Amino acid sequence: MNALRIVLAQLARRPLQTVLAIVLLALGVATLTFVVLVQGQLSKQLARDAQGIDLVVGAKGSPLQLILSALYHVDVPTGNVPLAAMDQLRRNRLVAQVIPVSLGDNYRGFRIVGTEPALIEHYGARLAGGALWTAPMQSVIGSEVARVTQLAVGGTLAGTHGLAQGGAVHEEARYEVVGVLSPTGTVLDRLVLTDKASVWRVHEGDPADDAERRVLEEEREVTALLVRYASPMAAAIVPRQVNAESRLMAASPANELARLFAVMGVGIDTMRIFGGVLVASSLLALFVTLYNALEERRYDIAIMRLLGASRARVAILLLMESWLLALVALLAGLALGLAAVAIVGNWLAQSRAFVVSPGTFAPELLWIGIVAVGAATLAAALPAWRASRMDIAATLARG
Amino acid sequence: MLTVRSVAHRYGGRRVLVAPDLTLAAGVHCVLVGPSGSGKSTLLNILAGILPPTAGDVALQGEPLYTAPARDDRWRARRIGVVPQRLHLLASLSARDNVRLAQYLAGSDSDDAESDRLLAALGVEARADARPGELSAGEQQRVAIARAIVNRPQVLLADEPTSSLDDDNARTAIDLLFEAARMAGALLVVATHDARVRARFDRTVELSRPPP
Repeated sequence: MNALRIVLAQLARRPLQTVLAIVLLALGVATLTFVVLVQGQLSKQLARDAQGIDLVVGAKGSPLQLILSALYHVDVPTGNVPLAAMDQLRRNRLVAQVIPVSLGDNYRGFRIVGTEPALIEHYGARLAGGALWTAPMQSVIGSEVARVTQLAVGGTLAGTHGLAQGGAVHEEARYEVVGVLSPTGTVLDRLVLTDKASVWRVHEGDPADDAERRVLEEEREVTALLVRYASPMAAAIVPRQVNAESRLMAASPANELARLFAVMGVGIDTMRIFGGVLVASSLLALFVTLYNALEERRYDIAIMRLLGASRARVAILLLMESWLLALVALLAGLALGLAAVAIVGNWLAQSRAFVVSPGTFAPELLWIGIVAVGAATLAAALPAWRASRMDIAATLARG
Repeated sequence: MLTVRSVAHRYGGRRVLVAPDLTLAAGVHCVLVGPSGSGKSTLLNILAGILPPTAGDVALQGEPLYTAPARDDRWRARRIGVVPQRLHLLASLSARDNVRLAQYLAGSDSDDAESDRLLAALGVEARADARPGELSAGEQQRVAIARAIVNRPQVLLADEPTSSLDDDNARTAIDLLFEAARMAGALLVVATHDARVRARFDRTVELSRPPP
């Protein structure tokens, strides 16, 4: 005989209420776990991918779309910008660095990005094997691309036209994999990087003569430019200068992220409130269950007191019931929440967008546990106090 | 040895018990009798250590139950076993676990096998795994007696153990209590209004309705 056996025996007396309280609390915990993990990981990834990029310059359109396409590679670009715009920005004294980004193709859903080695340096990525490209049609692949496609240094790949799977395959223009990056936890993991000239070569084809080659070279464009300022003053001047150009638009990742979070925040807050309401209602149900059970268990409690249980022990046994329910619900809710994160993470991985993993710990999860156990204590406090104050002799006399 | 000195009790200003002074030794079979309202159950609760009297005190082996030093619940439960009138076995526990519960809550140093030995001695070992709801009234009473003596108490108290029993079963119930008291080496005090069983006790304490 031990305290746990007594508690389990008491819970077994009212299985329906016990299961209901556990299910409600588990659903609340699962919702909060899901929101906390997904929001935390997405926020971190969005912030990490945008780190150090002060401005994104692209074709006029939606600034948020520009950020999502050029920085996070999850949306279609707003258009292209002339190569001359890149040269002009590079001459600007207020600009420290300009990294071009050219989009157009994908390999099994992973975007092929024409750029410069500066992009790799910007994210502090290291090569796990091979080397950086030195000529067009050479590529360096991110760690996730290598994991999913099983490509390695020396392998080749043919891009598919467009930014999603299912387009025409450029079989005539295969890329050679010359390098594989180590995992960075950034968007680079999910990209196939190549020289920007590769993108032009794939899409321009072979010019008929020098005149056509010159025309093509003059018309060359990139999709967007990632800009790093040389001084804080640039933030006030460079966007204005860019926006003054009729074809160009400047978008600040910080501002667009803030807007994105504001929009996402409504949904996230709604889910948080929903989870909170579920947790609160489950604890209310727990309180009502324990309080009502007191009446039907008054003889059990009186007998336990008669048999030597102190007031404190009776109260603790009741609290243990509540804690045990909360613990089971917490574990079930956590498992349910992690399963939901795994499903969403799998879905996001299929779409080559963000990485969301149930294996990532968030300190807020600890708080969910502390709050649930604390609230379970609160729910059981009054019934436990009443049980401890029970008059043994009067109760047994009534029986 | 159980001594009762100047014990009286009031409920809400109304006097419900004036107990005679008593000295009861181990091995004695004592019956408390009296008309309804004379305070038999009240005195039994006071002797059980769960109802502090409004006057006087009870001492067990010279140690007072109610006045300082305060006795904790385990101290009391190890020394005083009680068979309540309605038995109140815990419905969610087996017969064996109801007995073990008494050991556990009293912090008894007796082993788990003690509960099985007692259930066997009282003739219900075959029903040890049954829940109280699956037991007959007689079996339930045996389990309640086993529960009361599992900690080898110095005093065994029983409240109206023969109420609503026919003659044969009333006799059996008292036999069981005598046997239980013998096994525990305890003083037995039974509160009853049942005239059929009075003659079997060594000592009769008559209570009368106290004056208002």
